[in-house]
Amino acid sequence: MRLELVKRPQRSILFSALSPFIAFALTMIAGAVLFALLGVNPLTAFNIYFIEPISQVWQLHELAIKAAPLILIAVGLSVCYKANIWNIGAEGQFIFGGIFGSIIPVMFPQFEGPLVLPLMLLLGMVGGAAYAAIPALLKTRFNTNEILTSLMLVYVAQLFLDWLVRGPWRDPQGHGFPQTIQFGDSAVVPELMPDAGRANWGIVFALVAAVLVWILMSRMLKGFEVRVLGSSPRAGRFAGFGIKRMVFFAFLLSGALAGLAGISEVSGAIGQLQPVISPGYGFTAIIVAFLGRLNPLGIVAAGLVLALTYLGGEAVQSALGISDKVARVFQGMLLFFVLGCDTLIHYRIRLIGLALAPPDGAVKLEASTKLKEAS
Amino acid sequence: MSADQDATNLLEVRGLTKIFGTLTACDHVDLNIARGEIHALLGENGAGKSTLVKMLFGSLEPNSGEIFWNGKAVRITSPGVAKKLGIGMVFQHFSLFEALTAAENIALSLDDGSPIGSIAAKARALSYSYGLPLDPDSLVGDLSVGERQRIEIIRCLLQTPQLIILDEPTSVLTPQEADKLFETLERLRAEGKSILYISHRLEEVKRICDRATVLRHGKVVGHCNPREETAASLARMMVGSEVQAVVRAPVAGIDAAKPLLEIRNLSRKPATPFSIPLRNISLTVRAGEVIGIAGVAGNGQGEFFESVSGEVLQQDAASVRIRGKVAGGLTITGRRLLGAAFVPEERLGHGAAPRMKLSENLLLSRHATDGKAFVGMGGMVKSGAIQTAAQRIIKAMDVRKSAPDPEAAALSGGNLQKFIVGRELDRAPSVMVVNQPTWGVDAGAAARIRQALIELSRSGSAVLVISQDLDELFEISDAIAVMHNGELSRPMPIAEATFEKIGLLMGGAEPGHAEHGLEIA
Amino acid sequence: MDIAINILLTIATAATPLLIAAIGELVVERSGVLNLGVEGMMIMGAVGGFGAGYLTGSPWIGLLAAIAMGALFSLLFAVMTLSLATNQVATGLSLTLLGLGLSGMMGTSFVGQPGVRLPNLDIPGLTSLPVIGRLLFGQDPIFYISIALTAAVMWFLFKTRTGLTLRSIGDSHTSAHALGIKVIRYRYLSVIFGGACAGLAGGHLSLVYTPQWVENMTAGRGWIALALVVFASWRPWRVLAGAYIFGAVWIGQLHAQAFGIPVPSQVLSALPYLATVVVLVLISRNKRLTMMNTPASLGQPFVPDR
Repeated sequence: MRLELVKRPQRSILFSALSPFIAFALTMIAGAVLFALLGVNPLTAFNIYFIEPISQVWQLHELAIKAAPLILIAVGLSVCYKANIWNIGAEGQFIFGGIFGSIIPVMFPQFEGPLVLPLMLLLGMVGGAAYAAIPALLKTRFNTNEILTSLMLVYVAQLFLDWLVRGPWRDPQGHGFPQTIQFGDSAVVPELMPDAGRANWGIVFALVAAVLVWILMSRMLKGFEVRVLGSSPRAGRFAGFGIKRMVFFAFLLSGALAGLAGISEVSGAIGQLQPVISPGYGFTAIIVAFLGRLNPLGIVAAGLVLALTYLGGEAVQSALGISDKVARVFQGMLLFFVLGCDTLIHYRIRLIGLALAPPDGAVKLEASTKLKEAS
Repeated sequence: MSADQDATNLLEVRGLTKIFGTLTACDHVDLNIARGEIHALLGENGAGKSTLVKMLFGSLEPNSGEIFWNGKAVRITSPGVAKKLGIGMVFQHFSLFEALTAAENIALSLDDGSPIGSIAAKARALSYSYGLPLDPDSLVGDLSVGERQRIEIIRCLLQTPQLIILDEPTSVLTPQEADKLFETLERLRAEGKSILYISHRLEEVKRICDRATVLRHGKVVGHCNPREETAASLARMMVGSEVQAVVRAPVAGIDAAKPLLEIRNLSRKPATPFSIPLRNISLTVRAGEVIGIAGVAGNGQGEFFESVSGEVLQQDAASVRIRGKVAGGLTITGRRLLGAAFVPEERLGHGAAPRMKLSENLLLSRHATDGKAFVGMGGMVKSGAIQTAAQRIIKAMDVRKSAPDPEAAALSGGNLQKFIVGRELDRAPSVMVVNQPTWGVDAGAAARIRQALIELSRSGSAVLVISQDLDELFEISDAIAVMHNGELSRPMPIAEATFEKIGLLMGGAEPGHAEHGLEIA
Repeated sequence: MDIAINILLTIATAATPLLIAAIGELVVERSGVLNLGVEGMMIMGAVGGFGAGYLTGSPWIGLLAAIAMGALFSLLFAVMTLSLATNQVATGLSLTLLGLGLSGMMGTSFVGQPGVRLPNLDIPGLTSLPVIGRLLFGQDPIFYISIALTAAVMWFLFKTRTGLTLRSIGDSHTSAHALGIKVIRYRYLSVIFGGACAGLAGGHLSLVYTPQWVENMTAGRGWIALALVVFASWRPWRVLAGAYIFGAVWIGQLHAQAFGIPVPSQVLSALPYLATVVVLVLISRNKRLTMMNTPASLGQPFVPDR
């Protein structure tokens, strides 16, 4: 048996809308098999994984906390990927955003007031953008593949943060724990509804970013430029759009958003710098971007779904004793199925059986040959 | 026995049909090819010729129909099967590997495991015996198009085929090289081989072909002996109606007219390992005239277009002037703002973004020149305005389409080209540079595009047309220059130009016409 | 002297997994496919190798399991990119993400367990020779496989007709298809070969290098292997040289840390990654050279029309 792809004359609007849902359904089926293999009743597991973590209001707040960085990063990445620029180092840019934003509360803790937080957020964006500028510069100046450089810089960022919190930035009163001092009150992203749960302004930043980038991509000339350069660079050059400028634009934008996510996470959910400040948000956001079909509004939905896989992973670990790595597996499978289903947008899929069922033309051909021989 | 074999045709095709989605590319096609004949397959672009031969060579699978080889029904399921039967193919878009040597390229299509060295020796010997000399050790990427075609032909001949299919072989040759090819084909016919010769050039079909099958919209519309037909009657069969002849009004006082596009000593180093450097090109195009640039593909036309359009900037800014202003340092947008417009050779992926709507493709070349009309406050695109303008162009150029605002890739080549040319004409540019205006375009659309270019020039613009199609250049140009190996000859006024003279220049005879050189001295 | 030999031996041990993974990826890329999932296939090989070795007690079964695991995992990539024509960059990324997650989950119970190690070669009389004895006749079996593999791939790619066909597909899949070459079939086999190599490389980590299971124990080696292929301009012997240079960097920073050089350990740990960036910059600066060497159809999806 063999798969055959038949190109559609126009992209299928139906499957553009359906494909994330088909992918999600397939992931659930594969997930059920996975839980069954682990010796758990899939229904029980699904209940613990997907339903219980969001059945109370405070849990929805937790969901928002997890979703905010994913959405912020993924929205930036969607611009890169639409431009066919492969920034996979958002994790590093997230970390550098966290580090830059922490300069004020760590190095100038006496500086307080309403200016502190906006400055921190701004510095976070600068930090993320600056770190993203490195692969952009190497790509435009030296033609160096951005996939590998941006990824390598993630390891470097992780080690740099590790050195900071164990070395110069370690809290002298921290009993030797590798962490900075707790941020002062004016350096913490405030919670939205402190009475109901922990969710902070990070989710608002994420939603605003999503709407703004959606307008940019669908309504503005700049967004058109991104899409043209990404889908046919030669036509983009013909239009007079500069590819090098675009590399910088996409990297700086996504780096700034990842940096904003980083400092929001550090100052909001954590409250200080630690050796590890991200459970792989920068990588999971790649999945979020694709699951959201690289559309900022779709990314909001996708970000919530992926945030749920994190919460669910923690839930099954505590309730069923399954490794929380199951969350990573769910995320990976989901991305696979999304990419596979996207094929349906541009192609029809035909299954061809070997020899047994040749295309109808061939059957006719053989039949008529037989007739000829008989006559 | 042999007489018996002679009675049947070498190849018979009955009711062959191929459907792509909603398009029936070949509709119950019948075709007979006898031994030792050169059989022409005639048809316009998009008539289904390439689809038919791909089915004969096993690259495409027919939906229905029968193929008989030596009287026996066969299923040609892959090129390998075709080769075993004795069918060889010389592709229009060569199936060669640029990073490999000629000998390696040949080895890849031979099934025997003989070492590359012996294949190279055989190829060399065969190529000289047919007068198509070839160096088997050269890298294909370094070779000219004509030389690449030789590899294709030698590769095909080494398989000792009984039927050789040639798809538009002369489109990449100078008239003189084409003559050479015809000699080779006649020799092969004398050796008893059959040839299926695909072309839309009627004169050469009349000259070398014994019989012809004419396709139109995927259907066979007739079989004939081309020697008994006239070019006009063949054209009628192909197109189905009288093709509107292009009318070229004479222009008076060109020398006095204002030079709108001036190119002075334009040079450019090769950008990629396999591309051609431009050497000291000078040319002036004045208001009211059409200048044609002839040349075999791959002699620097693409590089020249990029330099003139501003997709690549010049070191010496003064080497390009548009409407008298120094433009060599301006980007394509800057040059457009000076009043120039450009139509590149490749439609999908260069002149248009395939997966974008026509209205968005309108924005592609006009976001800056029509910035006020199409882009509003803060960089917001005025989608209503671009829709209206797109519909205006669609109407003006008679672009046929299946949806109100389809993706560029959904249009046929001719219709998309009409839209792309119309997009630029809609601006009434004072300088228009077009590369291969009607390549792969059906006759009706081609006539319309050519007429539009002439009318643009007669309304006071300067038009520069780069084309491989000599017939086209003779039809629309006021003077023709020839590009060879990155150099450009002096333009020859159309009254003096002949196919022969232009052909010699295309083949690399002294650039800068000798007589003109004397006049200057 | 002994110290020098020990250092050379550890460099070889550090270079071997890079070499094997990169040689596998080289073949894949020569066929025109870009599989960014090397890290994921490698970690799957590592967990599969460790698990099988741990459960059966035989490192040799572990070795086979590592290869099988890598090959099987690459098949997923092959089906997606070759049969469903998905974006190769995104699919390769997701293969890595899935591999890191799946291996973490599969390896939960292996954490902290003692593993089995493939024995070093020991030929009486030869291995005990001074200086060259241990270098030539006393290393782990995968070391010898890696050298043989490099030689075999060189021979295959440049001396056999099948190798020529594979290279031709990487140069132009449309031309190859027009000539009747089975593009998809060749690419399937290449991808699976690359997966088997990556699996073997991962197996080396968990069966030779550090015979235990640690989450994310590949530590970016798969990505470095990808960079090595670019660095080597798609030539096997240059991959060999590159792998040993990186092996030296890797070992060098470990030794520097052990000797207590007054530089933060994090700086030293970052060296292999920084070196990768520097090397990539140096090699890709020459645009012409890169264009000459890169397989022309690399990363382009191919859908034959029938």
